[in-house]
Amino acid sequence: MTTALVIAQLVNGVQFGVLLFLMSAGLTLVLGIMNCINLMHGSLYMMGAYLAAAAYGQTHSFLIAAAAGVLGTMMVGVVVERLVMSRLYSRSHLDQVLATFGLILFFNEVVRIVWGPAALSMEMPRLFAQPIDLVGLPYPPYRFAVLGVGVLVAGALYLLIHKTRTGIVIRAASANPAMTRSLGVNVKLLNMLVFGLGAALAGLAGVMASPIVAIQSGMGEPILILTLVIIVTGGIGSVRGAFYGALIVGVVDTVGRTFLPMLLRQLLEHSYAQAVSATITSMSIYVLMAIVLAVRPQGLFR
Amino acid sequence: MTISLHLNEQERTAAATGRAARLGRMQPRHAAALVLFAALAAVPFIATFAGGPYLVTIASRIVIMALAAIGLNLVLGYGGLVSFGHALYIGLGAYAVGIATQHGLDNGLAHIAIALGAGGLLALVLGAISLRTSGMAFIMITLAFAQMAYVSAVSLRGYGGEDGLQIAGSSRFGPFDLSNATVLYYVAFVLLAAVALLTSRLVVSRFGMVLRATKFNEQRMVALGFKTFRFKLIAYVISAMICVIAGILQANLTHFVSPAYMQWTVSGELIVMVVLGGMATVIGPIVGAVVLLLIEDQLSGIDLGLPGGADAFVSAHWLAFLGLFIVATALVMKRGLYGTLVGEGDKL
Repeated sequence: MTTALVIAQLVNGVQFGVLLFLMSAGLTLVLGIMNCINLMHGSLYMMGAYLAAAAYGQTHSFLIAAAAGVLGTMMVGVVVERLVMSRLYSRSHLDQVLATFGLILFFNEVVRIVWGPAALSMEMPRLFAQPIDLVGLPYPPYRFAVLGVGVLVAGALYLLIHKTRTGIVIRAASANPAMTRSLGVNVKLLNMLVFGLGAALAGLAGVMASPIVAIQSGMGEPILILTLVIIVTGGIGSVRGAFYGALIVGVVDTVGRTFLPMLLRQLLEHSYAQAVSATITSMSIYVLMAIVLAVRPQGLFR
Repeated sequence: MTISLHLNEQERTAAATGRAARLGRMQPRHAAALVLFAALAAVPFIATFAGGPYLVTIASRIVIMALAAIGLNLVLGYGGLVSFGHALYIGLGAYAVGIATQHGLDNGLAHIAIALGAGGLLALVLGAISLRTSGMAFIMITLAFAQMAYVSAVSLRGYGGEDGLQIAGSSRFGPFDLSNATVLYYVAFVLLAAVALLTSRLVVSRFGMVLRATKFNEQRMVALGFKTFRFKLIAYVISAMICVIAGILQANLTHFVSPAYMQWTVSGELIVMVVLGGMATVIGPIVGAVVLLLIEDQLSGIDLGLPGGADAFVSAHWLAFLGLFIVATALVMKRGLYGTLVGEGDKL
């Protein structure tokens, strides 16, 4: 029983880490290449979930819903990039923070206007709905599917960045944007491409999370903050750093929330143990970040 | 931008010009400041004729947030350090009052001592860690620390947890207390004026000049032998403590404190106030707080008789309009409202 629970929670943790990686990978590229703070990445995640749920409501096909979520979010991302972000690249971080903060408020309200204030929900794809046996514990295979898709995308991203010409340009722009521009790379196009890619990844994370979480306005913000912690810890612009950071944060968050209450229940009253362990878990993530930054201010992989 | 040994001399000249202007023709920025403070001072009188107690409440909220915005401006405007976590210190000040009152301690001086002590210490530790980073990472780490405080506040089950804590009472100073709305308003107003005055002195002092010069060129200041880290840390602690004071007042205004006081959106709003009003100006954050909070108040209760139920739509979804307004502010505003009026930024 306990071993099974540990394994199940570890899988949950890795699966959450994979979701976080999809968010962080896109955002770390945007931050690293355009040197531009984007706080509305969580809103893109939210848009992914909402668009998928809306498409699913119309078609009852998970595949179409997923496609709508990813492509729709990418389009939202490209429009936002053209209309707002592209005017901000040469401005101070402060202006970028302000504009994207305004965009968060805007998108949170847009989903309320379009889909109403109540939370939406989304069914798991039928193929993965039947629980399977995980060392004696019924476990939803959907989470394995999320894990699989995440690993596939991580692999594809690795190939894109390390084995293709586009990837070389992206890495060059991340290391030295001015030099890349002077070598004749169309930086405007590259920016749009990278922002669209980041938006699509955030949309994908939203789609995959949509059957597991409540789809509601503001759902992107807790994820955004974890994503920012991961990026700062891993090193801004480093996809590798985002990968390890996301896995660590995902596992620590999930495992801490499950097992700390069990430990603390021996010492404290039930509901109190729950609350305290949630705090300790969140704290441990921030403490990890603080230690990393105190020792290596540029992040682990930078 | 000249940073050299002539700093003090330039500053003396500037101060002399300012004095001359005050004696003779009044400069627009002094006139603006005077009008602003006169209007704020008159609010309770106006409220007896029109607007009623609600006007005093909203004006108190404005004055308290303006105080916090002045605090933030010290690091954001003068120090060039974009802290996205100053709501943490507002919440801390409010919780100090709430928790102390819950334990039967209603002595205002004790509230202040506890809040400033705890806030100063926390700011010292968090500042020392955050200031090791700069630029983008600094923004995110301050946001993360504020979020950490937010989840800690949620877990304070004994003090209301996520729902927050009703505060039964006010900070008491001998025979006086802050339960009367007008008294509270004037206390907040006097504190705002005092902090504004102190800030205007501080930023032209040696400390302020080093801080502002560090914003423009830290390497050069290090080369000149200044321990810039210490200056930035002290500025961070002072600015945090100003926000703590705002939090104490806020708790006395609402008789309530909840984790929402530390929410990251509050930190965001503080930044909007500073930028909207004018960074690195003494009066700018006050102007920004007045304008932003009045816009919020008007949007959420809009009643212009617009056709097609537009009023109801705007007041239900006012946050969307606020969001677009903030985006526009970021894209268009270079120096803020007050900064544009006085026509000078933070020049050295």
